[in-house]
Amino acid sequence: MATQQTRSIGRIAVAPSVIALFLWMIVPLAMTIWFSFLRYNLLDPNPACSLMTPGALMDEANRCLAGTSNYTYFLTDPAFFKAMRNSLMLVFWVLVISVTGGTMLALLLDQAIYGRNFVRLLVIAPFFVMPTVSALVWKNMMMHPVQGFLAWITKSLGLGAIDWFAHYPMTAIVIMVSWQWLPFATLIILTALQSFDEEQKEAAQMDGTPPISFFWYMVIPHLARPVTVVILIETIFLLNVFAEIYVTGSGGRAGNLPFLVYHYGLLANDIGGASAGGIIAVILANIVAFFLMRMIGKNLEA
Amino acid sequence: MARAVPLRRKLIFTALAWGIGFVIFFPILWTILTSFKTEGEAVSLPPSFLFFDWTLENYGIVQERSDYLKFASNSVILALGSTLLALLIAVPAAWAMAFAPGKRTKDLLMWMLSTKMMPPVGALIPLYLIFRDLKLLDSHVGIVMVLMLLNLPIIIWMLYTYFKEIPGEILEASRMDGASIGKELIYVLAPMALPGIASTVLLNIILAWNESFWTLTLTTKNAAPLTQFIASYSSPEGLFWAKLSAASTMAIAPILVLGWFAQKQLVRGLTFGAVK
Amino acid sequence: MGTISLRNVRKAFGDAVIIPGADLDIEHGEFVVFVGPSGCGKSTLLRLIAGLEDLTSGLIMIDGEDVSDVPPARRGLAMVFQSYALYPHMSVRNNIAFGLKMAGMPKEEIDAKVTHAAATLNLTDYLDRKPRQLSGGQRQRVAIGRAIVRQPKCFLLDEPLSNLDAALRVNMRVEIMQLHRQLDATMIYVTHDQVEAMTMADRIVVLNKGEIEQVGSPLDIYNKPNSVFVAGFIGSPKMNLITGPLATKFSATTLGIRPEHVELLASAGDVNGRIVLTEHLGSDSFLHVDCGEAGRLTVRAAGDYEGKPGDAVSLGFDRARIHRFDSQGKVLV
Repeated sequence: MATQQTRSIGRIAVAPSVIALFLWMIVPLAMTIWFSFLRYNLLDPNPACSLMTPGALMDEANRCLAGTSNYTYFLTDPAFFKAMRNSLMLVFWVLVISVTGGTMLALLLDQAIYGRNFVRLLVIAPFFVMPTVSALVWKNMMMHPVQGFLAWITKSLGLGAIDWFAHYPMTAIVIMVSWQWLPFATLIILTALQSFDEEQKEAAQMDGTPPISFFWYMVIPHLARPVTVVILIETIFLLNVFAEIYVTGSGGRAGNLPFLVYHYGLLANDIGGASAGGIIAVILANIVAFFLMRMIGKNLEA
Repeated sequence: MARAVPLRRKLIFTALAWGIGFVIFFPILWTILTSFKTEGEAVSLPPSFLFFDWTLENYGIVQERSDYLKFASNSVILALGSTLLALLIAVPAAWAMAFAPGKRTKDLLMWMLSTKMMPPVGALIPLYLIFRDLKLLDSHVGIVMVLMLLNLPIIIWMLYTYFKEIPGEILEASRMDGASIGKELIYVLAPMALPGIASTVLLNIILAWNESFWTLTLTTKNAAPLTQFIASYSSPEGLFWAKLSAASTMAIAPILVLGWFAQKQLVRGLTFGAVK
Repeated sequence: MGTISLRNVRKAFGDAVIIPGADLDIEHGEFVVFVGPSGCGKSTLLRLIAGLEDLTSGLIMIDGEDVSDVPPARRGLAMVFQSYALYPHMSVRNNIAFGLKMAGMPKEEIDAKVTHAAATLNLTDYLDRKPRQLSGGQRQRVAIGRAIVRQPKCFLLDEPLSNLDAALRVNMRVEIMQLHRQLDATMIYVTHDQVEAMTMADRIVVLNKGEIEQVGSPLDIYNKPNSVFVAGFIGSPKMNLITGPLATKFSATTLGIRPEHVELLASAGDVNGRIVLTEHLGSDSFLHVDCGEAGRLTVRAAGDYEGKPGDAVSLGFDRARIHRFDSQGKVLV
């Protein structure tokens, strides 16, 4: 379909986007890598380190280059292990909740029910709430130990109130983030369910397939694809949860990796350390991206 | 399913679905309701659902005291600005990849999508420093560019899928009719792709409006959108729940409405085609 | 005006060679049909002439000028696509006018030409409708109108009738042929339907796997096929192609004889067999006869033929009408 002429115009047409994305990818990343090897603190009395360029004078280099000490510092910070653990726990639990919940909810919504579209809207809504609002609403209106709604419920049942953010900050964050992503999982899985070939269902009916076998041998494999997609996409976004932790002030105790990097960089002004942390986060994400690309690649046929 | 479902089953499932839907939606509902209460009412127990003195005072106070409109207009500027800017370079790129593909087009598309997977923290430090030095911190221009780059892969991807749905023969016909590439884009492609372009714009306005990393780290008050505005409510200043609810409701209402229309686009845009 | 020449035209997509090398001359005003099975390269050849695909090598000349590097719009051609490719967001009027608008023609001139074309094609009442409001046949005519109005040197038609139902197809066939005479323009028509080829063409170009097998008038191709492929492709029902001892008896590797040239004899023909199936079309009957070693042969009989499956028959071949082919499938003179 394309001729030489359209192909060369095509190359020019793609160029701006390619250049923009390339710079967006490479420049900050390269700088972060560079900074991670520098002894660079914004509050440093010796600001010359910020002007370090490759090829500067050797003695300047000796003073400013930190070698791998930033990495060691970051990785041996007890806060790092906590943050790393929190990052992974957050991802894990939100995945479990949103995927199992989402699957069950999708199966329910796929049934013949009255007002399905309306219920669908109710269920989808949380995904469109901005994370900062979601965080504050949950922290204050729902989870507040004195006036929160959940407190009222538990107290009415005689169970006393839970101070979520004081005692279980991680759990609180998990609940918040799951609430936001459950709709996403539900929507994706429901879409896949509803695209399940009607004729396959009818063929199974003709064959007299009992509902449980039908579910096990036909629906579950069909769901494997959307569930995998949900898991992979969610993981990418969940690794980078930030707003909820920032806004609820649980960074100290329930902070994850991104928050720790933010803390190092913009709060403690340790550019070197923050950059090392950033690189570690990038490495972690790349491993995930590798698997995701394999999955999606199969679908980018012409 | 051609056969009728037994009524009892239908009713049970309906009740179950509505129940769960209500529970999930509850926090939002509660926020909206609270926004119409007085502060005293908002914190009183047991909480009241419908029978209280409805008041609009919170909405007024929020606007007065913290200039909600400025933040809202920032949200609009940032969301629209970044989307439109992205369209300028995304439309030609998607056109090229859909209609003049080369051997590397598929790889190029995959690479573009992969840039979306880079953790923002990896770019936070340098971007912050660059913005600081170029005086782009807390500026509309700076944030628009960041949001544009953030969402560019998704925009190109979505446009690409919509363009591919246009029969290539129609564009060939326009070429036979003597249209240059530019005229082909304007007279034939754009009108046919308009629904697709609108869908892409819709999804991206939503994503940009809700973006909560760069808007929180790179703005303070000048270019701060609603995300930052709400975040500033996080340090409690005494009784403030009703006002918080009002602010929140105003912040999320537009997107809730848009989002209800954008479900299909969401699936298409965020699963990169793996789910139809 | 409207002469087209192909010299050694070759087209490959990467390693896949679609057209190894084609030579062809088309005269002004001819109605030429490219025919062949799916995947034989006929559409590709058309698109190469149109300029929608690049030549890998070779030459295409229109009116003596080398147009290999000339973009489609400037070759003076117009194309009618298989799917009509109408602009869905434009009215019929604007669809037809589009090419003229792109050429920068003044509005009054455009209006005049559009009105004239619409009248020719009976589209005047539909000028302000959108394509989705039209039937298949009407859309077809709009596609043709769009082509006519540009007064091209040559029309390229890519399987224009394949999306229409049978009855409509017959009507449109006649209309296209009338149009051809009216416009006195060259037309290159691509189809896989050999009935269309036979009825419409001045000359037929038979393609097989990218190669031009034979070029000639319909009757030439029908009566003097130069290869097994052409013999089997043109003519419905298919020519009987016999291999084995019966063919050897006639000094050929493959023996061809059309169903209408096979006679039912009372006894002692060239071969004997048993009827397996009879097809009654009313005007004719076609018998499928199992002749053992010679295979299954199709024989045309009278419309009221009364033989039944299981009956034994004797078949005789009209000596003047047999076709003999060698081991390469080429005709033996």
